[in-house]
Amino acid sequence: MAQLLFFLYFSGMALFSSVLTIGLRNPVYCTIALLSTFIHVAGLFVLLNAEFLAAIQIIIYAGAVLILYLFVLMLLNLKSNEPVVHRQLWIALFFGVVILAEILIALFKSPMMEQTGPAGAAAPLAVGNTEAIGLSLFNEYLLPFELVGIILLGGIIGALVLAKQPRPQSASAGGNGSHTLDVPLPQSGNGQTGIASPAVAEEIAQPLDKVGSV
Amino acid sequence: MVPLSFYVIVSTVMFVVGLIGVLIRKNFLIILYAIELMLNAANINLVAFSRYYQSVNGQVISLFIITIAAAEAAVGLAIIIVLFRKKATTNVDEINLLKW
Repeated sequence: MAQLLFFLYFSGMALFSSVLTIGLRNPVYCTIALLSTFIHVAGLFVLLNAEFLAAIQIIIYAGAVLILYLFVLMLLNLKSNEPVVHRQLWIALFFGVVILAEILIALFKSPMMEQTGPAGAAAPLAVGNTEAIGLSLFNEYLLPFELVGIILLGGIIGALVLAKQPRPQSASAGGNGSHTLDVPLPQSGNGQTGIASPAVAEEIAQPLDKVGSV
Repeated sequence: MVPLSFYVIVSTVMFVVGLIGVLIRKNFLIILYAIELMLNAANINLVAFSRYYQSVNGQVISLFIITIAAAEAAVGLAIIIVLFRKKATTNVDEINLLKW
């Protein structure tokens, strides 16, 4: 009974805040609603005896991925006076409801509908949830595990290559070629440190000056 | 004892909410949020079936889904930053360079 109450709370809050996620205007509020969704889904995972996955959900999803989203959101400086909802709203809602009805009809016709499954405490995993996941992950799913590692590496490299600021080419350097002269030129007769520097500064500045004059 | 179908219904509704979000929102970032919602719905489904079949495989695959979602978030955010640098918008209607 208490389990049903917790289930109703977590699922209701998760669904409510997921609706808020796609419904609110301000993207920061959307992020907070998505955070609430993730935390309540983690509660559902705890109800399903998946404690390790609930911890992963909170640590990685809510702690890392969502904070990344929030940082990018604060970098972007979005203006919020334009309408947020696409004009195909009603078509999308119609098809969404149709798809929902289809899945629910198929679900209510299935033999799984009334099944409650074995009771929680005695049933799964005598060695504990985390250890069972680790054993399965490193024995049975070793190849997918390594493939996922390669995908993560690809994600890192892809994100770096995409988001790297392109090096200013000659076109942009030609616009303000004078800023290469911002290097403080040492005054003559300033002692030993100033003797070698003007030649070096000229060497550095000369190719860029040529580029700037072209 | 909560029946399995309750979890499946919750995950279905959350998936459809995410689908509608992808279709109706204009902001690229919110579309990524909606994709995260759909991935979470898939996770609920997998974990529920894993619990009711007393097998840990669903949880392992759900772990993989979380990892892929993190990689997808990184690449998607990089694309958003590049687009914003070029066009100063995140409205998907204005990103139509490849549209004929």
